[in-house]
Amino acid sequence: MQKPTSKPTTHNALSATELKTLRLKANEIRRWVIEMVFSAKSGHIGGALSIADVLSVLYFKELNVDPKNPNWDGRDRLALSKGHASAAYYAALALRGFFPKEELLTFRKINSKLQGHAYKGVPGVDVSTGSLGQGICVSLGMALAAKMDGKKHRVYAIIGDGECDEGSVWEAALNAPFRKLDNLTVILDRNEFQNDGSMYNILDTGSMEDKFSSFGWNVISIDGHDMQQIVDAIEEAREAKSKPSVIVAHTIKGKGVSFMENNGSFHGKPPTEDEFEKAIAELDEARSKI
Amino acid sequence: MNVESQRVAYGEELAKLGEKYKDLVVLDADLSTSTHTYMFGNKYPDRFFNLGIDEQNMMGMAAGLALSGKLVFASTFAIFATGRAYDLVRQSIAYNRANVKIVVTHAGLTLGEDGATHQMLEDISLMCGLPGMTVIAPADAPETRRVIHAVTEMDGPCYVRLSREKVPSILEDRQFKIGKGIIVEDGADVSIFSTGITLNIALQAREELKKTGVSAAVLHMPTIKPIDKEMIITSAKKTGRVITVEEHSIYGGLGSRIAEVLGENYPARLQRIAVRDKFGESGKGWELLEKYGISSNEIVRHANEMMG
Ligand SMILES: Cc1ncc(C[n+]2csc(CCOP(=O)(O)OP(=O)(O)O)c2C)c(N)n1
Ligand SMILES: [Mg+2]
Repeated sequence: MQKPTSKPTTHNALSATELKTLRLKANEIRRWVIEMVFSAKSGHIGGALSIADVLSVLYFKELNVDPKNPNWDGRDRLALSKGHASAAYYAALALRGFFPKEELLTFRKINSKLQGHAYKGVPGVDVSTGSLGQGICVSLGMALAAKMDGKKHRVYAIIGDGECDEGSVWEAALNAPFRKLDNLTVILDRNEFQNDGSMYNILDTGSMEDKFSSFGWNVISIDGHDMQQIVDAIEEAREAKSKPSVIVAHTIKGKGVSFMENNGSFHGKPPTEDEFEKAIAELDEARSKI
Repeated sequence: MNVESQRVAYGEELAKLGEKYKDLVVLDADLSTSTHTYMFGNKYPDRFFNLGIDEQNMMGMAAGLALSGKLVFASTFAIFATGRAYDLVRQSIAYNRANVKIVVTHAGLTLGEDGATHQMLEDISLMCGLPGMTVIAPADAPETRRVIHAVTEMDGPCYVRLSREKVPSILEDRQFKIGKGIIVEDGADVSIFSTGITLNIALQAREELKKTGVSAAVLHMPTIKPIDKEMIITSAKKTGRVITVEEHSIYGGLGSRIAEVLGENYPARLQRIAVRDKFGESGKGWELLEKYGISSNEIVRHANEMMG
């Protein structure tokens, strides 16, 4: 297991109430992920649970969005480049008020808006994704357009670490610093797992911090389950001048459900009834302690 | 009738072939647990490379290995092999005539819940467009086994299209020969041509039609390129009415190929059943085929219309 290579500086410490809200929202996102994938008997749990904390901070603290007006021109943009984590994304959007929570259980079913991979037809989703290595390129285009038009909103992309095997990620990684896209923040979900299991048995990609740094990015390395660090990193990225930022968030695939953590078999497999009940019980137990 | 997975058949067959062909190398791009190439990997770890999520690099490496004398199988989902990696397949594999067998799984709508981003409906079109590329879509697991053997014996690049869902083993004891169609059932009034797993649907339609006195021939075209022209022309001459069905776009699939053959040789009444200029969506595989009109009902409706 890799560790964060540094720790961002705290400028705005979260209050106890803020911290509690972010933790509760992350817990709710996780609970919905389990419900949705179990109901659909299909979907990706592991990589959805690993970004639940990041999504909680984005949607309940940092992103400038308006659920009543999802296409508001001044909004921050987000590309979920690892589009298979759609369950967590849709849950965060519904909890933030973009659409009714009841719709979440139509996930992956016929005639639903909630397509298997992040889908632009869902209120709050800026771009459809699912084929890995594309959302990050789209986010560069959005950041470039904002620069051209002198607009002040920020653009975010969430990418997977397995996704970084794709060449197109590195085409984007070359372009963003050269074009000085300092309005872009890429969050890299460094959980060290991909579809077929641990990256150490497939393609060990070494230090992402070193790679992005050598490509000219502002690199911030954090524990992706520490709310304060996530907040600090996003705020630090916002201040960076003339360079795009990448937040390498060291996370645990399946985070929050003990038997799913670092367990390759929960990448794209739904839980059994038994596993479902155990997972919900664990999350409810965790919630009572927040 | 047995209901079996084409993917499992593929994995098992590869693992068997590894014994006989010592230079057989298998590549995958982080989907080996889904394509089932892991079965070969478990038996021959030194000749199996799960390369990571890098389909373009995989196709390039496949070409390099093949140009160095290896017999290469490269697998991932249909969408990534032919979509993401198209140019590598074109330039490095097809143009070099590299001996690479691209065997893909999860083709078409029956991929199901992952939705439109993963439902490849244009791959037959893309692959048939490449000079020298052989294109094959087996109907079931037993035929998949034979196809994997046959492509191992042939020299040159080929594309084998498999689906995700389990399917009835209809062709348990039928021969497979590259470039040859299979007359599954004879008939006098209408010829139903199918490729891949929609054979099942064509046979259901035949049963329905029989009830109203319409006699339908069902012809399975496992090889889409080179296509069995003779069988198409002969059957069209016999029945005068042709229907095609496939889990692919209306543009450039089996229906298009049959339209070309008929148009140039023996114009006959033709109705093509395929996905009409649409992306798919999430849902259960068979349920999606119904919704998009790839169904026995549609075949029956068109056949009755043609009968007048
Ligand atoms: C281009 C492409 N190739 C393959 C896939 C199939 N796939 C979906 S998720 C996945 C693994 C992703 O790993 P990672 O980016 O690390 O995501 P996480 O661990 O966060 O789930 C793969 C190979 C895909 N969606 N897109
Ligand atoms: Mg990962």
